[in-house]
Amino acid sequence: MPDSVGKVPIKVKVNGKQHTLEVEPRLLLVELLREVLDLTGTHVGCDTTYCGACTVLMNGAAVKSCTVFAVQADGAEILTVEGLEKDGKLHPIQKAFGDAYGLQCGYCTPGLLISAYQLLSHNRQPSDKDIGRAIAGNTCRCTGYQNIFKAIRLAAQSAKGA
Amino acid sequence: MLAQLGEEAKLLAGGQSLIPLMKLRLANPRHLVDLNFVSGTSYIKEESGALRFGALTRHAEIENSAVAAKVPIIHDCAAGIADVQIRNRGTIGGSVAEADPSGDWATVLLTQNAEVHCLGPKGERTVPFSKFITDAYTTLLGHDELVREIVVKLPPKNSGGAYLGFKRTAPVYPTASVAVQLSMDGDVCKDAAIAMGCVGLTAIKATEAESALRGQKISDKLIATAAEAARAASDPQSDMRGSAEYKRALVGALVKRGLEIAMRRAREERVEVSHIYA
Repeated sequence: MPDSVGKVPIKVKVNGKQHTLEVEPRLLLVELLREVLDLTGTHVGCDTTYCGACTVLMNGAAVKSCTVFAVQADGAEILTVEGLEKDGKLHPIQKAFGDAYGLQCGYCTPGLLISAYQLLSHNRQPSDKDIGRAIAGNTCRCTGYQNIFKAIRLAAQSAKGA
Repeated sequence: MLAQLGEEAKLLAGGQSLIPLMKLRLANPRHLVDLNFVSGTSYIKEESGALRFGALTRHAEIENSAVAAKVPIIHDCAAGIADVQIRNRGTIGGSVAEADPSGDWATVLLTQNAEVHCLGPKGERTVPFSKFITDAYTTLLGHDELVREIVVKLPPKNSGGAYLGFKRTAPVYPTASVAVQLSMDGDVCKDAAIAMGCVGLTAIKATEAESALRGQKISDKLIATAAEAARAASDPQSDMRGSAEYKRALVGALVKRGLEIAMRRAREERVEVSHIYA
């Protein structure tokens, strides 16, 4: 067994809100989000770096939060699915997933929304190949992906109109 | 610090292999030393005919680098690793130090004129990449040493390379992968390097296939001979990714495709390469 280790102080900004916390070094980022900060929108699917349900943005880059230690997020800015809506209004990507039926059970959706958000933040007119590459790390067992592609195309269009 | 902590300490780079291994209790280090906060360890530079990669350079940074794209096989490798999220965290230094038999970088670097700069308490030493990985998950690194930099010499003019993997899905390792670098003089192959990943305890050089090509005019028949020699040199295990026989057949097909693409690239054709999905 590892030696007992004290808690480590970290500062992390989540969805624009600064938190000063003390965490065990073994705590995963996804556990920090869900269990300490009560942001349960980020899901744990496989817990083995495969499925992408736990995807969040860390300093603007999509990461699987089950494969990052919370202490590694010290000084970082995190965006979770809860940070997408503004003033009670859904983000255009969230609305597009609803409108295009880009989800069924919804378990993978928070991760897909974040991956789509990262894609559209640097590529406003993604091709289907771009979309495929952007969501290759997000497993959906319900939709067969067709409507997810539709939703991301729709979100790209609505962003263009806005 | 590693000298103080002893052999039960492990370095944490991108963590995309080590953290999953720790969750499975396949790795159980007493101490983890996180390198991510060390500045100046992530860079891509072109200097005196070589590309230099800081150990903590993320796959995504290499994928998106115009400098790294000068060596197309390097771009193939970086852009083909797992998925966006893993490429955003995983590092080239971590990948080679981990020495997973299925790791992408090891297969590609074996076909390149590449070296690893290792840093330890006694100073720095430079190891040719072909000597660096000694066995599955085993390198020449001492427990108090780390990878500081990876240097890849730019291939000569009229040389082309390609890296191809056959994968079941993006986040997993390939079922088999092949890296090829060909130096051409017209239709004649001046030099050839072929390495195969996921089909042995380390990436394997297909030396007989290389010598079959060297000095010869490339024809379909010669490509078939080289692919067969590579197939014979592979040493795969049957596992959930496929039977040994299936993987050998894959290796042969990947070598053939890799050679064809490498030849076109040697003629300065722009060929986009991506992994093949089951």
